[in-house]
Amino acid sequence: MLLNIPFIVVILLIGIGLLAVLYKKNIIKMIIGIQIMETGVNLFLITLGYKEDSIAPIFTSAPEKKSMVFPTVQALTLTSIVIGVATTALMLSFAMLIYKHNKSLSTDKMRRLRG
Amino acid sequence: MMYWDKFLTHAPALLVAVPLFAAFLTPILSKFGSRLRNGWILIIAVVTELMVIALTYHVYVEGGMVYVFGDTVTLPSGSSVPVRIIFNVDAMSMFMVFISGTLFLLGVLYSLSFIEDESGKDKFFTLMLLLAAGMFGLELTGDLFNLFVFFEILSIASAALVAYRIDRAESIEAGFKYMTLSVMAGLFLLFSVGIFYGQYDALNIATIAEKIEYNLLDKVALVILITIFAMKCGSVPMHFWKPDAYGEAPAPISLLLIASGQASLYALFRVSFTLYGLSLDTEAVSWVIIFLGVASMFVGVTMALVQKDIKRFIAYLAISQTGYMLMAVGVGIASLQETATGVQFLNGYGYTAAKGGIFHILNDAITIGLLFLVAGAIYYRTGTTDLNKMGGLAHRMPLTSAFFLIGGLALTGLPPFNSFSSKLLIFESVYNYNPLLTIIGLVMSILTLAAVVKIFHSAFLGPPMKRFRDVKEVPPAMLLAMSVLVILIIGIGLFPNMVVDRFVEPALDSLVDKLEYIRRIKTGGA
Repeated sequence: MLLNIPFIVVILLIGIGLLAVLYKKNIIKMIIGIQIMETGVNLFLITLGYKEDSIAPIFTSAPEKKSMVFPTVQALTLTSIVIGVATTALMLSFAMLIYKHNKSLSTDKMRRLRG
Repeated sequence: MMYWDKFLTHAPALLVAVPLFAAFLTPILSKFGSRLRNGWILIIAVVTELMVIALTYHVYVEGGMVYVFGDTVTLPSGSSVPVRIIFNVDAMSMFMVFISGTLFLLGVLYSLSFIEDESGKDKFFTLMLLLAAGMFGLELTGDLFNLFVFFEILSIASAALVAYRIDRAESIEAGFKYMTLSVMAGLFLLFSVGIFYGQYDALNIATIAEKIEYNLLDKVALVILITIFAMKCGSVPMHFWKPDAYGEAPAPISLLLIASGQASLYALFRVSFTLYGLSLDTEAVSWVIIFLGVASMFVGVTMALVQKDIKRFIAYLAISQTGYMLMAVGVGIASLQETATGVQFLNGYGYTAAKGGIFHILNDAITIGLLFLVAGAIYYRTGTTDLNKMGGLAHRMPLTSAFFLIGGLALTGLPPFNSFSSKLLIFESVYNYNPLLTIIGLVMSILTLAAVVKIFHSAFLGPPMKRFRDVKEVPPAMLLAMSVLVILIIGIGLFPNMVVDRFVEPALDSLVDKLEYIRRIKTGGA
């Protein structure tokens, strides 16, 4: 049961992030919501590779007969974090430009495209 | 000859590496003058297209191949672990790469004139090359995590390009909308990759496909994957970003966005046929995809009828065309069966339907692409995309209006243009599955014709307007890009059998044959 707690946290984080994106009207808050979702997904990946009572997966200095956590998911998470930085930077620059045009960060003010 | 073989072996990696490398060199080269940069971009696009053609020819003649990055690592403990990423290069992926590569070349050619007077050109071309690299990678990769990475490269590059005209608030809005959706889709894609890795300890599509059980977690992953790829190709009810993004992006970018939409369709089909295959509940999944298709056809056409902006109009037509492909391949999935030895195949009419659907991917990319380029040409000369302000343009731009008419009629499926044969294949086969689908498809085609005629009338016909006295044909580079598409439309329309037999059928066969896919990766990547 104790090992399942991270998965519950993952679902909570993704849910909170999703709610923020769907219901918040401030663009910055939407971006924060996406960040929270991303944290949730990263936590999910890390949790998948976790084994109780095991060490970091560095093979050259591994003591005998000690199990290691899975390294692949950690590599995936690292890549995902890097991609996350790029997407956040782009979205924040969009937010900046939207503020320049509308003098507001509210999504209510950016309803030019419809239909 | 030896160098040629070497080149062909490494061509899949080069297809991604060359645009990626060129993208990072572009800002530096731009410092030395725009002429050098333009030449550089054009050379890269031509080289990429030549590589695409060579590799496509090779794969179609010699059969599929595998490209392996990385190797097997032997640990101090003695056990060996494969550490590698695999590119799967079969007829279906090369079919898609050919479409993307061709549209990329034409987009570059068109852009050279189209954005001549605008600022930020080096960034524009850099992002365009990144977009191409992401697209090729998405279509070639045989690894789920890699799929996610290329998906994100594609999303970032295309969202930034949609918002290229940052002086317009509308462009930023469209870019932000597109970006938010793409990032969320990417995160859920990563989530489903995690689901697969947690269960099967693999990221390789072939390995997962071999072991897949279709249990509850796999079903969750399937729902996520279908949703995000249907969203990314702009199927109703996840279509709302498409008219915004396609409408606000510069015309050559709309052309590339179509190619990226087709790439997500490919990913959707790859997931359904190869990753899941017959472990799917084919009945339920096919009906979901058919429903998405029919809804896209209907909403796309009806919304197109009321548009006042020519690019939004074409974007809605693009949504409705996506519906045909989804419907046709959905019927294909419904008829998926296997022989006693476990080889997957499509039964009877399902094969014809899927063939029509795959063929339509090619036709749709060319036709909608042409329409966007025509809309871009109008914008380039008149400075507007508002249909209410247009009229009588046929007097000033006879070639462009002829191109629009050809594209529009091809879209509705009139002979002798390309979509006629693909739509005929779809209609005649889908009828055997459910006659209602054919009837809906035909009615939607007629409505498309009505919409196209209406737009043609309001933009091109009528007396010449004083406002457009100085309007003339667009520069030769743009005309050339459009003419190539017109030649393809008429060429495919005149020789559909040749294209279907030699180009589409091998692609479909390689898409459906899951065993062969797994065997190729297992032996080729060993």
